[in-house]
Amino acid sequence: MYAYTDFDRDFLAERNAQFRAQVERRIDGSLTEDEFKPLRLMNGLYLQLHAYMLRVAIPYGTLNGSQMRQLAMIADRWDKGYGHFTTRQNIQYNWPQLRDVPDMLDALAEVGMHAIQTSGNTIRNVTADHFAGAAAEEVTDPRPVAELIRQWSTDHPEFQFLGRKFKIAVTGSDQDRAVTAAHDIGLRLVERDGEIGAMVLVGGGLGRTPMIGKILNDFVALPDLLPYLEAVVAVYNLLGRRDNKYKARIKITVHENGIDEIRRHVDAEFPARKAAFNGADMALLDQIRADFAAPIFEDGQGAFLTHYEHDPVFRSFVDTNTAPHRHEDYVILTVSTKAHGATPGDASSDQMRVLADIAETYAHDELRISHEQNVILPHMPKRHLRAVHAALAKAGLATANVGLISDIIACPGMDYCALATARSIPVAQEIAERFEELKLEHEVGPLKIKISGCINACGHHHVGHIGILGLDRAGVENYQITLGGDGGPDAVIGERAGPGFAYTEVTDAIERLVRAYLDIREDASETFLDTYRRLGAAPFKAALYPEEAKADAA
Amino acid sequence: MPRQFTPKVVTANALLEGDVVYLDPQGHWTRNHAEADLIEDQATADIRLLEAQAQAHEIVGAYLADARKGPKGPEPIHFREAFRTRGPSNYDHGKQEGL
Repeated sequence: MYAYTDFDRDFLAERNAQFRAQVERRIDGSLTEDEFKPLRLMNGLYLQLHAYMLRVAIPYGTLNGSQMRQLAMIADRWDKGYGHFTTRQNIQYNWPQLRDVPDMLDALAEVGMHAIQTSGNTIRNVTADHFAGAAAEEVTDPRPVAELIRQWSTDHPEFQFLGRKFKIAVTGSDQDRAVTAAHDIGLRLVERDGEIGAMVLVGGGLGRTPMIGKILNDFVALPDLLPYLEAVVAVYNLLGRRDNKYKARIKITVHENGIDEIRRHVDAEFPARKAAFNGADMALLDQIRADFAAPIFEDGQGAFLTHYEHDPVFRSFVDTNTAPHRHEDYVILTVSTKAHGATPGDASSDQMRVLADIAETYAHDELRISHEQNVILPHMPKRHLRAVHAALAKAGLATANVGLISDIIACPGMDYCALATARSIPVAQEIAERFEELKLEHEVGPLKIKISGCINACGHHHVGHIGILGLDRAGVENYQITLGGDGGPDAVIGERAGPGFAYTEVTDAIERLVRAYLDIREDASETFLDTYRRLGAAPFKAALYPEEAKADAA
Repeated sequence: MPRQFTPKVVTANALLEGDVVYLDPQGHWTRNHAEADLIEDQATADIRLLEAQAQAHEIVGAYLADARKGPKGPEPIHFREAFRTRGPSNYDHGKQEGL
């Protein structure tokens, strides 16, 4: 893992001292809210529906046990004993008080964490594949590049007042677990003739106008990467629209100018940018790489196979929540935060401490937060899996539902968010509980439901196999359903199925959809998404709107 | 004919805690919607909002929200404002805590 240098520590200490003084000046009346707001946003502090909210970056989703334990301490001391993991690999505290926030930031700095650029029109927290450094099929660990981008983008003087927020994601695998095609810039690290470089996608994004990113360059060698990124963001900074907030993201710039025109601008900008870099970035990348060296893996599986064969609960947990690791005696373990009826992404401080203990005791002291709002133990030895399962079960963290219908992404929605137009969390809770009652989810198999409480799409509903979008229709919560979205390497935006549903109708509608799928799939190996692709939307629409289907038939 | 005026309350968030607050008839901030001043005409609403915005040392983001008379005092009309009187639906946190 990246270890902070003296430079990083000094920078953070100074930045936190500045913010502490800004908070004091806001409280004593020297700063108006208009003056203070951009300052607090730069430091991740929002004012939400019921309280302030502090959004803390977990860069590329990676943290260690002591960091997780500190997050738990902060939750207990200054919040209500829990935190919320988000779809951008951040953690949000929902109840901080303004006076306490500088102390919270200092506590974060003690473990090399911060909330800088988790808001505002800047380059946001850089996200990455949550299986980075562990996945069997990975080309290269994306995190050194992500850390390099974090350092380059933090307080970058040219990019503090972009037209709009700017999100970068990096993957080093062709599985693309980082949803790179839905980011302002998506980087896919690839190998060509023995050299690692990045395929650069630009102009992806969800929200009001969902777009899949387009390939700007199919191979940028690593020594060119930062100057190339700088050229792209600089072109956007000047070319992007500032007359209309809803047309300000780079996806609109790309859409309106065309990818070829953007490429022409970037290519024209690149040489001057490249000339300003003297290779220090590559020297830094080498140092960062050393920090991300893989742990020394130990051979042997112990009694894993015996437990696996004789304990069906353990077997189901292993089958559902683990993925292949690059070392045969290890797995990647996904810990679901989505016990049926729980709030997706929430972890109590006790749960955080259990996860920290497990990471430190058994799993090379590494944890990840996924954009799917789960916690990953990326290097889990098979020989410890049984003990870990028992410890997780005691903490309510052993739900075997990863990738299944109850593993729902849900934004905070109108239970917390000031921008939301409807609630998301209780919709997710009710769907998960329904399918638990029906005992159907393992039969249904892989199915991603994603729920957003407004058009901004933090819940990634556009790329859910089933997407749910909560809206305000004439003063009543109303939920639109989209079908066939996919956030994988060949990302697809889902299609709207038809008229929305009332809050009390959503779960029934989802059950009808899923039952229709079970009726029409070829066999258990054909997933919901495969069936949708084979048959199209018609049979699913008929299930969603049975009255209309009847009328059509009459 | 002039459009019928929907009565309003002035609401905001407290500067220090972020908690939802309402302007009461005496011009003080209350945490309880039922104690809010229910404003019956646009001109008064505009003035009360300006007065509220002038209290930036106490509150953030004042605005007018639709409300109606209820048995215990003003009640919210829109579901967003109803949520703001209680707190989130997934935990017993916020104003509903300890009620």
